[in-house]
Amino acid sequence: METGLFFESIIYLAAAVICVPIAKKLGLSSILGYLFAGILIGPFVLGLIGQQGEDIMHFAEFGVVMMLFLIGLELDPYKFWRMRRFIVGMGSLQVLGTTIILFLACLLVLKWEWEATLTIALALTLSSTAIVLQTLKEKGLSQTSMGRSAFAVLLFQDIAVIPILAILPLLADGDIQNKGINESLISDLQGWLQTLIVIGTIALIYFAGRFIIVPLLHVVAATRLQELFTGAALLLVLLVSYIMQMVGLSPALGAFMAGVVLANSEFRHELEGDIAPFKGLLLGLFFIGVGASINFSLIMVDPVFIIVFCTLFNVIKFLVLLGIGKIYKKSSDQNLLFGFALSQGGEFGFVILGFATQLNLMPTYLASQMMAIIALSMIGTPILLFINEKWIDPYFGVKEKDSNKYDDIEDDNNDVIIAGFGNFGSTIGRLLKTNGIPATVLDMDSDRVDSLRKMGFKVYYGDASRLELLQAAGCENAKLFIAAIDNPTVNLIVVEMIRKHFPHLKILARARNRSNAFELVDMGINQFYRENLYSAVHLGVDALVELGHRRYTATRQGQRFIKYDEQAVLRLSQKRHDKKAFLMTAKEEIEMQEQLLKNDLYAQLGANDHAWESEDLRKENLENSNGDKK
Amino acid sequence: MPNKILILFAHPLFEKSNVNDVLVNHIPDSPNITFHDLYQEYPEFDVDMQREQELLLLHDIIIWHHPMYWYSCPPLLKQWIDIVLEHGWAYGKEGTALKGKLLLQTITTGGRKENYCSTGRDRFTIQQLLEPFNQTAKVCNLTYLPPFVVHGTHSMTTEGYIENGKLYRQILEYLENKTITPEDLSGYQYFNDWFKTKLG
Repeated sequence: METGLFFESIIYLAAAVICVPIAKKLGLSSILGYLFAGILIGPFVLGLIGQQGEDIMHFAEFGVVMMLFLIGLELDPYKFWRMRRFIVGMGSLQVLGTTIILFLACLLVLKWEWEATLTIALALTLSSTAIVLQTLKEKGLSQTSMGRSAFAVLLFQDIAVIPILAILPLLADGDIQNKGINESLISDLQGWLQTLIVIGTIALIYFAGRFIIVPLLHVVAATRLQELFTGAALLLVLLVSYIMQMVGLSPALGAFMAGVVLANSEFRHELEGDIAPFKGLLLGLFFIGVGASINFSLIMVDPVFIIVFCTLFNVIKFLVLLGIGKIYKKSSDQNLLFGFALSQGGEFGFVILGFATQLNLMPTYLASQMMAIIALSMIGTPILLFINEKWIDPYFGVKEKDSNKYDDIEDDNNDVIIAGFGNFGSTIGRLLKTNGIPATVLDMDSDRVDSLRKMGFKVYYGDASRLELLQAAGCENAKLFIAAIDNPTVNLIVVEMIRKHFPHLKILARARNRSNAFELVDMGINQFYRENLYSAVHLGVDALVELGHRRYTATRQGQRFIKYDEQAVLRLSQKRHDKKAFLMTAKEEIEMQEQLLKNDLYAQLGANDHAWESEDLRKENLENSNGDKK
Repeated sequence: MPNKILILFAHPLFEKSNVNDVLVNHIPDSPNITFHDLYQEYPEFDVDMQREQELLLLHDIIIWHHPMYWYSCPPLLKQWIDIVLEHGWAYGKEGTALKGKLLLQTITTGGRKENYCSTGRDRFTIQQLLEPFNQTAKVCNLTYLPPFVVHGTHSMTTEGYIENGKLYRQILEYLENKTITPEDLSGYQYFNDWFKTKLG
């Protein structure tokens, strides 16, 4: 039957939808939810899916690729360059240190061949980018010093996979059954040529990003089709991954580089918003795959060995990480977190072990055992972090405010966000700018975005009604949101999103006209600015002056009129509800206009005070003098 | 029963006035004291007469708190006086709304106290310079108290600001909780001097 994929999708999604909320309710990370969902539907519990967990994982690893693309987007080349000391320093310490200690420990205790031992040590050294980064993001730790160190180490590991895979064939003794995993278009070429092609490819990605992709995205953006832009973003990531795989590099690394190249472009936030949902879903799938692929029958054969080995290798990794943290002078709570977070094995471990079996470097049975160990340790990490958070960390409470050292990666959040930078919004932006207040600007017109960026504005291209973009723009940390989008319908949607997801944000909203203002009032916005009221009143004041009124008197009349009209809107917006008329028809609009005009006639607009008038005084004087005469 | 105090504060550049920052910060947090920042409320000088008159009626002691600019008050306070103290309400035959209320001025000057005398740079005493306010109060049936003045703010240290801030707080607490007999103050040029006798 052709329903296979269909049915499977239902099982995967249903498992996720059921397990993840439960995990969240229990205060656990969503990753654990996914992992247990995988175990549950896997061949050893419910058996809803067979051994094809690994196939799914192959597909779902794409989530990891997308995650690295997104991380690249957050780091522009300059910031990336400044992290090099940490990537190379901490990364090499971790990889070398862990490998050597694991290698020696296994060699002394277990009687495996040294080649197999080295392979296993290398495979276990690598941590899980997916689990670590997703956990850090969930706990909001990405921007702490610990978060960045973890990222630096993971990035180094991703790079280290390439030489590791290159070394493995050298360990094997002759009869290599090289098929699949590390096969690339250029693997038959000579070493120096391979290196040249790899460097060339990286250069190509850099220059293509700069001079081809950005202009292309401009063209796509000009069509104003949201889904086409999403398509373009996906195509971009897929293409880069494919090219990288062709030359034998890790697709995740390629995606990361593409992200870094595009980090400076105006499309950064829109790309982030487009890719993020795919990344999340695929990562979830990946975690389910990990859960489903755990071979419990294998574990049951020798559970003591598996559990002891898993624990020991976690402890060794943990201690090495602690040592590195000490060298880099981390505070104890950050260091503990750093150690626990990176102590598991990762997805690259599967790759290395798989490759090693093909090279006959170790017996299949041992490799399967190791894979089970890695999977177990991946499940263990969220649990360890949970334990650390609840019971260990409180005793080492040197809670540091994460405002130290190289903290300025992504500290460029402004207090003010302006959505819509047309005539209306740009005037606001300029006024703020001349007062030394930088604002983050969201705008849909990519041409305008480009030119404004050249002029030094912090303008981002994107649909401001998307939650992802609002998050990326820093709505969580901003204080003021100015909704100034030309299209009143879109503006309303944005305001509604902000009210719902960022209730702390103060909103100042542009209103097209009176009925637009009513809708804002309905949403609880009382600071709305009708775009034509103020200029119309200004013109009216000048008309009064032209007709012989003194300028100050006319100006006061204008001030009063604005106040009166604003109150009228509030009053009428309630009346509108009495009539249960939520949508204003053109006819009702006219009726309201009439009503307003009628009210104007009765309004005591002219005289709410009698400042500087002397009529009363004169009258009273007159009365007095008359009295005197009598 | 405690007195209700309304502080009408007028300073066009409050954010840069050290002394007024300290003075305002020392205003006691009391339900009986209303701090009304005029430049914050009416940046376009469109003083709302009705609202201001209602506020006045709710209080027993009115304080005009402002710096001395060109021997007078900042323009918005003058605008406030022009608009709010209406004929037929505050003065005139039927204008008795403010009868019995006290009026105090809290004044800051950059120049020193000794400048304000017939032989000094400013040629007139503070009392002489404030006559227009005194007279305005009189016309509006308000009882005008001698002013509380902080002189010499241009050469004052932070300790000086704080000292005056604390004094302002004591004065406000006194005004809030004690009954003032205006005749007691009649011989004094400055509220400061009279209050010293109260502190003992």
